[in-house]
Amino acid sequence: MLEELENKYKEATDALDAAEGRAALEAWYRDTLGKKGGIYLLTRNLGALSAEERPAYGRRLNEVKAGLEAAYGEKLALAEDAELQAQIAAGALDVTLPGRKPAEGRVHIITRTLRDLYRVFGDMGFQVYRTRDVETDEMNFELLNFPPHHPAREMQDSFYTTDEGVILRTHTSAGQIRAMRDYYPEPIRVVLPGMCYRNEQVTARSEMQFTQLELLAVGDNITFADLKGTLTEFARRMFGADRQTRFRASYFPFTEPSAEMDISCFLCNGKGCNICKYTGWLEILGCGMVHPTVLRNGGYDPQKYFGFAAGLGPERIAMLKYGIDDIRQFWANDLRFLEQF
Amino acid sequence: MRVPLSWLRDYVDFDLPIDEVAELLTNGGLEVESITAVGLPGAELEWDRERIVLGRLLRVEQHPDADRLVLATVDYGAAETKTVVTGAPNLFPYIGRGDLSAEGLFSPLALEGATLYDGHKDGRVKAKLKGRPLRGIYNDAMLCSEKELGISDEHEGIILVTSDELRVTSSDRSSPVARHPSLVTPDLPGTPLADVLGDAVLEIAILPNTARATSIIGVARELAALIGAEFRPPSYDVVMDGPSIDGRVTLSTENPELNPRFVAMVIEGVRQTPSPYWMQYRLRLVGQRPINVVVDISNYVMLEVGQPNHTFDYDVLRRRADVYAPGDPIHIVTRLPHPGETLTTLDGATHKLEPYNILVTDPAGNLSVGGIMGGLESEITDGTSGAATTNVLLEAAAWDFINIRRSANALDIHTEAAYRFSRGVHPSLAMLGARRAAELLRQLAGGTVAQGIVDNYPRPPEPVVVDLDPVYARKLSGLDLSLDQMGEMLARLGFTVENQGDRLRVVAPDHRMDIEGPHDLVEEICRIYGYDRIPSTRLADTLPPQRSNVKLEREERVRDTLVRLGLQEVWSYRITSAAREARLLPGAPPDDRPYVTLSNPPAPDRNVMRHTILSSVMEAASNNTRHAERVALFEIGEVYISGEDGLLPDELTRLAMVMTGKRDPRSWAAGSEAKFDFLDLKGVLDAFFADLHVEIAYEATSHPTYRPGRTARLLAGERQIGLMGELHPGVVKGFELRVDRDQPVLAADLDLEALLPLIPNFYRYDSLLTYPPVREDLALVVDVGVPAAAVESALRQSGGVLLRDVTLFDVYEGSQLPPGKKSLAYHLTFQAPNRTLTDEDVSKQRGRLLRLLEQQLGAKLRE
Repeated sequence: MLEELENKYKEATDALDAAEGRAALEAWYRDTLGKKGGIYLLTRNLGALSAEERPAYGRRLNEVKAGLEAAYGEKLALAEDAELQAQIAAGALDVTLPGRKPAEGRVHIITRTLRDLYRVFGDMGFQVYRTRDVETDEMNFELLNFPPHHPAREMQDSFYTTDEGVILRTHTSAGQIRAMRDYYPEPIRVVLPGMCYRNEQVTARSEMQFTQLELLAVGDNITFADLKGTLTEFARRMFGADRQTRFRASYFPFTEPSAEMDISCFLCNGKGCNICKYTGWLEILGCGMVHPTVLRNGGYDPQKYFGFAAGLGPERIAMLKYGIDDIRQFWANDLRFLEQF
Repeated sequence: MRVPLSWLRDYVDFDLPIDEVAELLTNGGLEVESITAVGLPGAELEWDRERIVLGRLLRVEQHPDADRLVLATVDYGAAETKTVVTGAPNLFPYIGRGDLSAEGLFSPLALEGATLYDGHKDGRVKAKLKGRPLRGIYNDAMLCSEKELGISDEHEGIILVTSDELRVTSSDRSSPVARHPSLVTPDLPGTPLADVLGDAVLEIAILPNTARATSIIGVARELAALIGAEFRPPSYDVVMDGPSIDGRVTLSTENPELNPRFVAMVIEGVRQTPSPYWMQYRLRLVGQRPINVVVDISNYVMLEVGQPNHTFDYDVLRRRADVYAPGDPIHIVTRLPHPGETLTTLDGATHKLEPYNILVTDPAGNLSVGGIMGGLESEITDGTSGAATTNVLLEAAAWDFINIRRSANALDIHTEAAYRFSRGVHPSLAMLGARRAAELLRQLAGGTVAQGIVDNYPRPPEPVVVDLDPVYARKLSGLDLSLDQMGEMLARLGFTVENQGDRLRVVAPDHRMDIEGPHDLVEEICRIYGYDRIPSTRLADTLPPQRSNVKLEREERVRDTLVRLGLQEVWSYRITSAAREARLLPGAPPDDRPYVTLSNPPAPDRNVMRHTILSSVMEAASNNTRHAERVALFEIGEVYISGEDGLLPDELTRLAMVMTGKRDPRSWAAGSEAKFDFLDLKGVLDAFFADLHVEIAYEATSHPTYRPGRTARLLAGERQIGLMGELHPGVVKGFELRVDRDQPVLAADLDLEALLPLIPNFYRYDSLLTYPPVREDLALVVDVGVPAAAVESALRQSGGVLLRDVTLFDVYEGSQLPPGKKSLAYHLTFQAPNRTLTDEDVSKQRGRLLRLLEQQLGAKLRE
């Protein structure tokens, strides 16, 4: 009997060695260790053995079964692995193929730029305050210290309406007085965004319609040094932590002292390139301390209150950041332009 | 304003590189927009210091073999002289005159290897000078014209001048050019030409408050203050050794508020020769054409000190008016025009005059528009008019700057004089300018200045006195400076400063017409201190009370939601025209609400502020259908509805969407080729309102913009908040969308003023139920006219708390049903929060639903 067991064991081992692939292995298992398999059926021999022979036979049979099970398990694992590898190999794709495009939308580049500005100034406590596009000459000019026929008015060619004294605002500074009259006597920290209009030839460099963001702070403890600090921090957050700023004396009727702020060119790091016209500096904004006449027109006593204001052009910022060379793109609404942002 | 550096050096000493001068001025508020070098490093044509030098003419001989060439021998500082073969016509008069060294004639000499512009070619073509024989005589040098040196386009002859003409020879300094260490006496042969004529011209931007810098001395004064150097104004002394001016001229100014000062002088026996070379050279550097010594001096003084002035031919004035008896003075009157009066200006143009255009006139008529431009008749134009000498009436006046500005704009005459007067020239300068011009006419044109000056100056303005409180100055600037420091900086700029212990009493100099109060003085202090040296600090002021900005936040949320739903945001021109917008209303009467109308529109089809934002988005869609297969756009912005007279228009926030073309973006991996249709827009809107948690009902309606039968109005309760649907084909055609025939163009136009307030701040979330849901399908047959929304709403209302969800999955109309009927099939989801539903529960619900729907809508279960 033991001899038969050993023979069968040998046969089974040889058959297992010969079996290749999962199907063959599973067939081997069925024929060998399955309920009707050759080795399994040897269990029946136990009954025919004497009580003395039985334990040795039984032990050996269990050893054989366990050995075959283990060998099978090992070989099956290898076969499964090989199968998986083959499957994987057959499923290789050209990973450089373009993907299937989702249908997506985007906010306009100006929305995005304004949101960046809101966030940076928001972190410094400036809240958004919006005012109207169609304004009075009084708000846009007179109360901002531009008397009629003053040469400063010629810096901003206005669109007039058929209503006497009603114009399209030429700058978001037009909202300063509205903000002051609304906030008085509280201190103010606001940004005034919005669309502005000037009667200018539309070219790659100038538009008749453009957005602006005005910055306005009023309080009893605000200095020109604070203006410099606030705008320098803005420049660093917007254009990079290592930006240098330069303040130059300038003129706006509604600020005194007035300044232009330049930042060191972030394209050439101040070495000089065609974007900064080889000066190393980029003009970013105009600013200054709120003129006492304007404070007074807004309701604040210029002996007690001080303030600063600055005006930025979101288009200019976007043009510099993304190298846009034609300002007319902003309102042309060409998807090939808009989808790049 | 163009400022040659060499001219600046007449009034201030500085030893700084050009770039640093430019940066100092720029930071100080006089922005240098460009630097144009002449002959110096950085110039388009840099003059080789070794090979382009000053030569002194020694003799001129005829070329033995050529009539049109001469041999000019020149001393250029070397051991040997150089003989040059040249055809310069201005050398011909010197042929055969022997030794010319006593004449002191100088000319720029270029030696072999020097790069010059080719004088015989059009434009500026560089060429290197090479030796070659000219009619048998070897020549390796050249005497140069202005064109060859890149100074001007002048190529009639070489530059040939005496050393006196190279130097500024006005009386107030012997040789300011020589004063500068880098410049040597310009009469030493061999001196590099760059040291004699090399220059750099700064182009300075003039702002409304820097009128003081429209003169060379104005810029020099600023530069002196910025670098802490001495400012030396020119001398205003005049040698008056002619007869008295009494009885020669009388003045009356009828409108002193418009013409506060008028100064006149008489200079006799003026020779109308060309002006000295140095003066011509400076005028050319700043872009003026030299004419003759009289006109040139007038222009030179305007540029130098900033006072425009006028030279009349005295004898012409006397002759042209036949009212004067011998011995009568000529009479000059400034007045406003008579009705219908016109003026013919120097350029020959006749101008209609506005009632506020102030004129300089005499008994024969008008002579000029004051402060703007002279008339034709009495002007001294050139030296060829006959008489060898002229008697000159010199005029310098002051004008109201706003009136000049209005007048210059109305007449559309923009002269150098108007440029200055319209920015503000203090009346005190009229006297200085007249004196300066008279003295130059005496020195450079051989004139004799009549004794006395006629000066109409009825009401000199009070000086501007400002008290500066140091506490205010510190609070405004953030700079901790002492009173003395502040005073010193102001004094440098020409302010008169008195330290009164607790404050400075400051008197503004006349040229500072921009000074009104202490804030202006603080700017001056900051400027001179240097904006860059002022510290940068963080705001320490109290944070204002924070306000919420609900409208903006909700608008931004609407943007984000639409972007997530696959739409691209656009921003459009808000200036449009009624005709552009009328395209939205084909076959319907136009929008009769009043527009905000521009009185100076940029174009005929951009003349009003928009009424509708859908027109804007349609224009954007139209532009994109030329190249894009999938167009899904939206815009959020204001529309403008003109209100009653005297009120500003309503500015109302609107949202419009337009969708057309392929639903899926094109991809090589097959996507759907299907095009957007009504249900795509509807789906976007459904998702949009669901996201905002606003309940909106759709109701079929009709509107001229939309296609009949595919139009819905959007209702929030009873209130209409917008329209949506497929656009009317006439609209698609009107906006010239490039779409296939029958391709739907979908649009929605929403009133955000109404919608945004409906967005709730809070809403209840649906708790996640753990007991299993039971799904039931139900197909209902209703009349074709019953809206799906009515069926769904009836299902939801009738379903009770256990009905959690209703989803339409099929719509059928056709042969399987009786005519006039349709079938709507729904997935219904029942779920209880506290138990597992039984079949009995569900069948009870289902029975109830069917009963109620039959009652309400006549719905029957589809068999």
